Amino acid sequence: MKETKKTYWKGLEQLNNDPEFVKHADREFPELPSALGEDGSASRRDFLKLMGFSLAAASLAACEAPVRKAIPYVNKPVDINPSIPNYYASTFASGGDYAAVVVKTREGRPIKIDGNELSPINKGKVNAIVEASVLSLYDKHRLTGPALNGEKSDWATVDAQVKSSLAGAGSIKIVSNTILSPSTEKVIEQFTAAFGDVEVIMYDPLSNYGIKKAAETYYGQSVIPSYYFDKAKTIVSFGADFLGTWISPIEFAGQYGKTRKISKENPEMSRHYQFESNLSMTGANADYRTPIKASQSGLAVLALYNMIAGKAGATRVSSPAVEVANLEKAANDLWASRGASLVVSGSNDPNVQVVINAINELLGNNGATVDFSAPVFFRRGDDSRMNQFVDELKGGQIGAVIFHNCNPVYDHPRGAEIAEGIANARVSISTNGTPDETASLVQVQAPDHHFLESWNDFQPKAGHFSLAQPTISPLFDTRQAQDSFLTWAGSETGYYDFLQQTWRETLYATLGQDTPFQEFWDRSLYNGVVNAAQAETEATSIVAIGDVSAAASAVTAAYSADNSGAELIIYSKVGIGNGTFANNPWLQEMPDPITKATWDNYLTVSQKWATDNGISMVEENTQKATISVNGKSLTLPVLIQPGQAEGTFGFALGYGRTKGGRVANGVGVNAYDLLDSSKGFVNFEVTSGVEVQVTGDSYKIARTQTHQTFMGRENVIQEATLADYKQDASAGRYKPEIYKDGEFVKPSKISLWKGHQYSQHHWGLAIDMNSCIGCSACSVACQAENNVAVVGKQEVLNRREMAWIRIDRYYSSDAPADDLDGMEVASQNPEVTFQPMMCQQCNNAPCETVCPVAATTHSSEGLNQMTYNRCIGTRYCANNCPYKVRRFNWFKYHDNKDFAGVNVAQNDDLGKMVLNPDVTVRVRGVMEKCSMCVQRIQAGKLTAKREKRKIQDGEINVACAVACPTDALVFGDMNDPNSKVSQLLKIEENSTSALKEVNEERAYHVLEEINVSPNVWYFTKIRNKDKNEA
Amino acid sequence: MLSKRSLVGVRWNFHTLAVLFFFLIGTQVFAADPAVSESEEAISAGKTVFNANCKTCHKLDQKAVGPALRGITDRQSIEWAKRFIVNSQEVIASGDDYANDLYEEYGNLQMPPHTFLTDTDLDNLLSYIEYGDKVDPAAEASAGGEGGEVSGGGGGIPTEYLTIIVVVLVIVLLLILIVLGLIISVLTKYINKQDLPEDDKEFVSQKFDIGKVLKSDGFIIIVTAIVIALVAKTAIDGLYGVGIQQGYAPTQPIAYSHALHAGTLEIECQYCHTGVEIGKSANIPSANICMNCHTHVQNVEGKEGISPEIQKIYDAVDNNKPIEWVRVHNLPDLAYFNHSQHVKVGEIECQTCHGPIEEMEVVYQHSSLTMGWCIDCHRQTEIAADGNEYYDKLVQLHSDSKDALKVKDIGGLECAKCHY
Repeated sequence: MKETKKTYWKGLEQLNNDPEFVKHADREFPELPSALGEDGSASRRDFLKLMGFSLAAASLAACEAPVRKAIPYVNKPVDINPSIPNYYASTFASGGDYAAVVVKTREGRPIKIDGNELSPINKGKVNAIVEASVLSLYDKHRLTGPALNGEKSDWATVDAQVKSSLAGAGSIKIVSNTILSPSTEKVIEQFTAAFGDVEVIMYDPLSNYGIKKAAETYYGQSVIPSYYFDKAKTIVSFGADFLGTWISPIEFAGQYGKTRKISKENPEMSRHYQFESNLSMTGANADYRTPIKASQSGLAVLALYNMIAGKAGATRVSSPAVEVANLEKAANDLWASRGASLVVSGSNDPNVQVVINAINELLGNNGATVDFSAPVFFRRGDDSRMNQFVDELKGGQIGAVIFHNCNPVYDHPRGAEIAEGIANARVSISTNGTPDETASLVQVQAPDHHFLESWNDFQPKAGHFSLAQPTISPLFDTRQAQDSFLTWAGSETGYYDFLQQTWRETLYATLGQDTPFQEFWDRSLYNGVVNAAQAETEATSIVAIGDVSAAASAVTAAYSADNSGAELIIYSKVGIGNGTFANNPWLQEMPDPITKATWDNYLTVSQKWATDNGISMVEENTQKATISVNGKSLTLPVLIQPGQAEGTFGFALGYGRTKGGRVANGVGVNAYDLLDSSKGFVNFEVTSGVEVQVTGDSYKIARTQTHQTFMGRENVIQEATLADYKQDASAGRYKPEIYKDGEFVKPSKISLWKGHQYSQHHWGLAIDMNSCIGCSACSVACQAENNVAVVGKQEVLNRREMAWIRIDRYYSSDAPADDLDGMEVASQNPEVTFQPMMCQQCNNAPCETVCPVAATTHSSEGLNQMTYNRCIGTRYCANNCPYKVRRFNWFKYHDNKDFAGVNVAQNDDLGKMVLNPDVTVRVRGVMEKCSMCVQRIQAGKLTAKREKRKIQDGEINVACAVACPTDALVFGDMNDPNSKVSQLLKIEENSTSALKEVNEERAYHVLEEINVSPNVWYFTKIRNKDKNEA
Repeated sequence: MLSKRSLVGVRWNFHTLAVLFFFLIGTQVFAADPAVSESEEAISAGKTVFNANCKTCHKLDQKAVGPALRGITDRQSIEWAKRFIVNSQEVIASGDDYANDLYEEYGNLQMPPHTFLTDTDLDNLLSYIEYGDKVDPAAEASAGGEGGEVSGGGGGIPTEYLTIIVVVLVIVLLLILIVLGLIISVLTKYINKQDLPEDDKEFVSQKFDIGKVLKSDGFIIIVTAIVIALVAKTAIDGLYGVGIQQGYAPTQPIAYSHALHAGTLEIECQYCHTGVEIGKSANIPSANICMNCHTHVQNVEGKEGISPEIQKIYDAVDNNKPIEWVRVHNLPDLAYFNHSQHVKVGEIECQTCHGPIEEMEVVYQHSSLTMGWCIDCHRQTEIAADGNEYYDKLVQLHSDSKDALKVKDIGGLECAKCHY
């Protein structure tokens, strides 16, 4: 066994061994204000109150139980049976983002969203935003009906008003995010035919205009191509967070995950280089990551071009010299795997993207990993047209403006100007579903349905179609936006009929000749997706017509190698995204994959800048700073981010909503104000005119990263480099041994326990840390499935977050802990490892033995069961849990006005509709934890029993594994030798013993030395590096 | 005990004589048309058709909503029977006397047409009607002879014997007491006749002082202890009873009688409680299920007009306003109970938990629904593993044991089977 010399730390305070941190670290429950009085002692008054309560409780208990009604349907729909879920295929689309989904409904209420496995785009997977979107359906903030000039109205009045005012309005502009729906485009055509001067202006808050524009310059086609990360052996990304937020992250994460799967039989994986300023989630997964300044990024791309051109014998372009570590190495790898490599850039600068196109062209990736022949239709927004529109709006040249499900006042760089300009249009209409920043300024609010209440179709990619269908009757008096457009255009047809007609004329005409239309339609609706494209992912190349030299000189002019000023890089978080769903508490409380911060945005700064400015950050405590960008200034807290390029600052979009709803309002600061759109595209990198000043005000950021620490037991993360792995499959493994009777034996050989027997099932989970990208989709999926409470910022600060599955993010470096200089370097650019951590379902569970009331016990299927109604809240179990995965209900989070503003799913009548009726909502004073979705296990077993058959592998799956876009989590029955989990772990024998002989070299138990014998196995992280280095 | 779940089974003894009588005559009177096939396949295929289409209103040997069917091919031609099944209204309209008499006899209830049945279906159906599910009179008689104690508890001494033993014991003890009293008085008389010292005399003639006993410490302690024990037991019993609604029989918005529907008419439970074999909820029937029959049945016992109770169903349907039944069986939210697990998989009869539902005019909570009650049953109940591949491995692993495979043996007592 090779000793790992790496140092792992969860936060800088741990790395620096801060005394405050050390003081708290070994406490399960940190010092907190007492629930009884400020001084922590119970006063006489409290005693009397409590006594009064117990008397009341006792007398209440003696009363008759309340009369409960059982109200059946008058006329029961054939396909709805109480207690039996129905599933409907539908589609999520928002702001140019897309996912084909399957919606689980109970008694007519959508309660859970999973990916649609038939979709060739997201392949059954989702991300946190899609997973959480079901809660937005039950948002109290939604508009409940149409309104005229702020007054509630009815549809007939609104329609009459709109029809007459539009008729004489003159030029009509429909502003929207990317429209993916072909039928909606047809509806707008009909609308245009009725009113004449109509134009659709699309923009996207997270713009990818640069790619589209560059494709136009270089290939003569204004499209965004398909990318095939799964076919790339070398991936180079310049600031593109393609696993988190870039173009089609779910799809890319799935492709990327495939290249990170590794086994003894197939020990190959992709090599991923990332050059970026902020530490993004994608950068955290890279094998080689180089922090660079945004002002250098264009030059780095040019330098890479020149290196490749040198190898290819093409003409180099002139560019200023720039020192970028690992760039030469990247060029060599790219060249070695040409035709199976991929270079992408997150820059929105068309010139940079032209050079990227040229690099991919030189590498022969065009038609292999980049496919312009299969363009995607996500994020087709046109920044320059939108820019022009703002001028027109301000100038009063626009007669009528219709905001179609978009919120530019909030999420466009020139939002403030739009807000002023709306009044200059004679008519202003919005179809937005909530009275957001834009909708609250218009004359006519014609709210659209939520997507789970709507009919629609989508074409995310050429030839790929999908349908959206209602999964619930509209909750409010809203109307589908397309119906509004049709009505205003004077059409009698409803959108549903219109949609069917479109499909009859287009897809059915080409695909469905042999079947009646109804059958074709029903099948399409059942499947949710229709694939009219040729054989999938058969890429073809297109011919370049552009020239790289013009772009190169533009890049040379715009970027500089030695910018000494501060630089601001505005990014979007994996959870909050562009801010559309900021009113969703599940997303607000989801810790950011990298910073592990909840309920806030902040300025990420480098360690060096913090030291220079006298800022140190101990856990949540930090200070505020003011950032000024060309005259505009904002004050926000500072977060010291290891891996942040020196001289750069990161600032997340999606916060600072003013009319987002009670959850979103006042959380964080709006970064859209600082975006620069002066160059004709929305520029997320501001490299001049940025100043940052510390204000000295202290502030607390609610971060979960240092909660539940492992106290220096460093073998929880086990990793190796690919080179070592190829020589020894158990490279990086820590194999503890214990001395017994004169010899060293495995910890599992010594036990106080007899060991359980699992005669039927033995549920287990295998987690591949190599393909876990940290995206936290699992975490939100778990929240939705298991009714996990949201506790709000203050309670997260009190370390009382309730997440059943957390993703531990570890930084690591080669430098030993006592090498201070080395550590400084390490914190500039550490390696990152993600480790999903949930109840390990130990066979020798330490929690079970300490519970005084046997509220946590072991099942005959290997599960560690938690019985809420038996728990008396001693919290011994949590204290004795080595993994710190148990959560205590310090408060009653449901039906409690103190939490009504954050825990909406358990407080509003509306929000409660999202609860999973098969899982108990926990009360105050009980412990809870991951149950391995026991309700799903029970349901799956019951189905098999009813059908008198054995359980098939895969039919029961836990919510986290279902959501995981990279299949990093695999759940199954370890007693079934043919199950996927058994095969991954290489369990050969079919034994009923709890201790399975696992032959996979990479598989290990966290804290194996204490022999609690978990049923969750982790696979070592393998980095595709030449040698172990930070 | 696992027998097929049917109401007939439970009502066995009440009907035994009637059925026996019926069959003694029936087997002689009814003879089928020889053209009706007696083959097993035809009968079983016919049974499927019967169960799907006819069972709601007809029985083979008894009147139900419609007439008893057996012997129809003897009473009428096969052709006639088929025509009538396919479209009875047509036959009635054609002026057929027999058909019109039937129609009148059964309160002018229309039988829905069955035009979708093929000729083979009809042949099979008639086979079943004539030869299917015949009850063997000999078996009947022997079942009757046993006194009809089909259901009930296991072994042990019957309670009557216990009472007799106790009474006999009490009598014996009383006799002994009297004999002892007689002996004492005889001995006292004898001793008094002797010349005794003063001490002994006093001892012999001393009186029994009840007051002294009552004031003695021992007595007070014993009585106090008994009183405390009784009070404590009552209190504990009372506390255990908190929240238990055994016997709860709320008034329902419609005076619906299970005794009539499930008992007299013998409608299968699943006809209304449609979810019982597929899901967690058994389902309170929606009004449209009531209307399947009550479109025709508008009053009870052949009375004229619409019954006010049945009118409530019509009101609900007309106003699209659901009937708000009062829930009788309330499990706490923290306990997960699934009907299909027990009824479909476990093959437990409804009556095991719900009691003699077919005798209830107003439904009441028969069982205590406490966790102890659940657990007791899980301890005693055997797994219905026969023919269920899911249990194969468990049965195999359990084969060494002498005891039957019970719910408790496969984790049926674990917390997370019901609490999550």
